[in-house]
Amino acid sequence: MIHLKFEKRLEQSRYSFVGVLVLSIVLALLFGALLLAYAGANPFVAYAEMAKSAFYSDWKETLVKATPLIFTGLSVTVAFRMRFWNIGAEGQLVVGGLAAAGAALFLPEIVTLPESPWVWIPIMMTASILAGALWALIPALLKAFLGVNEIITTLMFNYIAIFYYQFLYTDAWKDPAGRGFPGSARIPSFTKLPRFTGRVHLGIVIAVIAAILIWVIMSKTRQGYEFRLIGENPTAARYAGVNLFRNIILVMILSGGMAGLAGFSEISGVSFKLQQGLAVGYGFTGIIVAWLARLNPFGVILVALLLAGLLVGGDELQMSMQLPAAVGEVLQGMILLFVLGADIFTRYRLRVVQPPVALTSGD
Amino acid sequence: MKNRKLLILLSALLLLVLAVVGITGAQDEPMKIAFVYVAPIGDLGWTFMHEQGRMAVVEEFGDAVETAFIENVAEGPDSERVIRNFADDGFDLIITTSFGYMDPTLTVAEEFPDTQFVHISGFLTADNMSNVFGRMYQPRYLSGLVAGSATESNIIGYVAAFPIPEVLRGINAFTLGVREVNPDAEVRVVWTNTWFDPPQEKEAAEALLAAGADVIAQHQDTPEPQKAAADAGGFSISYNSAMLDFVGQSVLTGPVWNWGAKYISIVQEVMDGTYNGSETYWGGLPEGVVDLAPFSELVSEDTIALVEERRAAIEAGEWDVFCGPITGANGNLVLEEGSCLSDGEMLGMSFFVEGVVGEAPEDASDEPIGFPMEEVLPRGDQIGMLGEAMD
Repeated sequence: MIHLKFEKRLEQSRYSFVGVLVLSIVLALLFGALLLAYAGANPFVAYAEMAKSAFYSDWKETLVKATPLIFTGLSVTVAFRMRFWNIGAEGQLVVGGLAAAGAALFLPEIVTLPESPWVWIPIMMTASILAGALWALIPALLKAFLGVNEIITTLMFNYIAIFYYQFLYTDAWKDPAGRGFPGSARIPSFTKLPRFTGRVHLGIVIAVIAAILIWVIMSKTRQGYEFRLIGENPTAARYAGVNLFRNIILVMILSGGMAGLAGFSEISGVSFKLQQGLAVGYGFTGIIVAWLARLNPFGVILVALLLAGLLVGGDELQMSMQLPAAVGEVLQGMILLFVLGADIFTRYRLRVVQPPVALTSGD
Repeated sequence: MKNRKLLILLSALLLLVLAVVGITGAQDEPMKIAFVYVAPIGDLGWTFMHEQGRMAVVEEFGDAVETAFIENVAEGPDSERVIRNFADDGFDLIITTSFGYMDPTLTVAEEFPDTQFVHISGFLTADNMSNVFGRMYQPRYLSGLVAGSATESNIIGYVAAFPIPEVLRGINAFTLGVREVNPDAEVRVVWTNTWFDPPQEKEAAEALLAAGADVIAQHQDTPEPQKAAADAGGFSISYNSAMLDFVGQSVLTGPVWNWGAKYISIVQEVMDGTYNGSETYWGGLPEGVVDLAPFSELVSEDTIALVEERRAAIEAGEWDVFCGPITGANGNLVLEEGSCLSDGEMLGMSFFVEGVVGEAPEDASDEPIGFPMEEVLPRGDQIGMLGEAMD
């Protein structure tokens, strides 16, 4: 009899990491090919169509889609580095979007400032960072002082934010000239993010700068070191005199602020008003982005681009190949499942174990 | 640093695997028509009926058209990508079939002046973007007559998606029908905040049934509320398609869409170059774009006779649903006898009539209802032909 046994790898070799990931992507594509063939499509044509759409014909849309994913990926990265499980990026994104839209819609009536994006974009960014940070601060305080499980609180706070946002765009902030249809008024043109080409807006640049900032904070500062130290070994961190309360609160302010910026860039760069379609899951996808990027800020940019491409390319399966929407979604899910699932093989290995001879000799 | 290098390597590999060049064979001869759907075509409701319309077009024109569709497209800014994709791919006619596609459709229409866009259920138009919808409130009113006759508990449940004018108009028309035959009955509304979510649609219906409703009406995409009513031994009024076919005789009747004829005429006119690309079309029972589903065998002869009489009056243009006297849910008289709401007022409806229990965006007041047409259509387009005759 041969036994298989999972063994923890003592050392995570970089080659095993690459090998496992490449293998998992190849496997995912192979199984995806079976699925496509079953659905009646030529897998090679289908993959080619997807790649062409994601990174050639619709590359601009891939950038548009990647922008919020970079922000939410960074948000999750910061918190997860400290092993603080912030599942609330979605809600923090929503309140960030609310703050940005609120500032753009109502502040110009209250204060008189030059009507220039250079004035208003920083105001809206600040508002959304503050809103996201405040929203994240509540679960952080609950965790720091009462030890309340942050997975539960951050998750539930998503729903509060989403329902409040629905109330605002269908009721309190509804456009009075909108004939009863849901949605706020459009934000003034001086509060919109400038666009480069197509719908690609300045948000992508802000996202990349944010990634660099997060990398500097995490890797080059004492504060980042404390975050990482707590993540690696909280007991050791405490012995070293690291203040856990302070770090929990700081990490959530940073994490919530990043997610808030995602909401800002969606409002100011894409939708230009508060309406349905702000809470479409970027916050949750951010978790996948951060995880696949191994909590590396630059990795977040790359993974966000790849995932955005997967989403954009998935539509192409329907549009040019007339496959049902479900096939595209299953394919996307399969690729993620394989890549995430393979993760275990970078930390563990399968070993063939021969059972001890003494036990079998009596038979 | 280590991770970054690996990720670059990885993404390069993924790109390599994906980057197999393939170009679909180009066929330029037939007219290319695209449909953007909000739910899967198998929803047996709203999207299912649009898909029937697409198939009617294919059947009518055969090889002269090439159609494509994309289903399950989220409303809001993201749909702009999908619509632009179709325009980029050289489609001649793009039909977007949900309210939330209005702004994105307009944006893309302005970028592609040579492509014709048709948006369903909105209010904006452009030179190459028309607005098409139907007077669903007419068959909804007729179905209200049936529901009012059927209820014994005098509580009728209504599962509704969003508190927007289209849905409020339907609830009000339905309730006017209910109260005409049964002044003691009330219509209770539960909002789901989604067009398409089968479990949630069903749960909302179950909540209403538990609260004493014995007839369930709905403004959703699927037959789930009908199934909930049937399971609880109650009746229901369906929407979109003749759901009696899918659920059984407990579905008494229901308002239905017939997109085929309108789609065929649009395609024909676009082919001939005669289509009024910025038309605003709001057809009713006489045009056939809306209708009432066949009656269940449980509906009495008397009720059917009353419904047919009312239908005849509407089809002859003698009378319409929103003609006074009409009282608001708060008891104010909103419309005097002898006057009728204009199309603009109906399209901006934001109150409930007497008999509806639920929360509407605004209470009915003595002020004029809705908005004058000039204000509500920024591009200066007027909706409807029937309305002017009625004013």
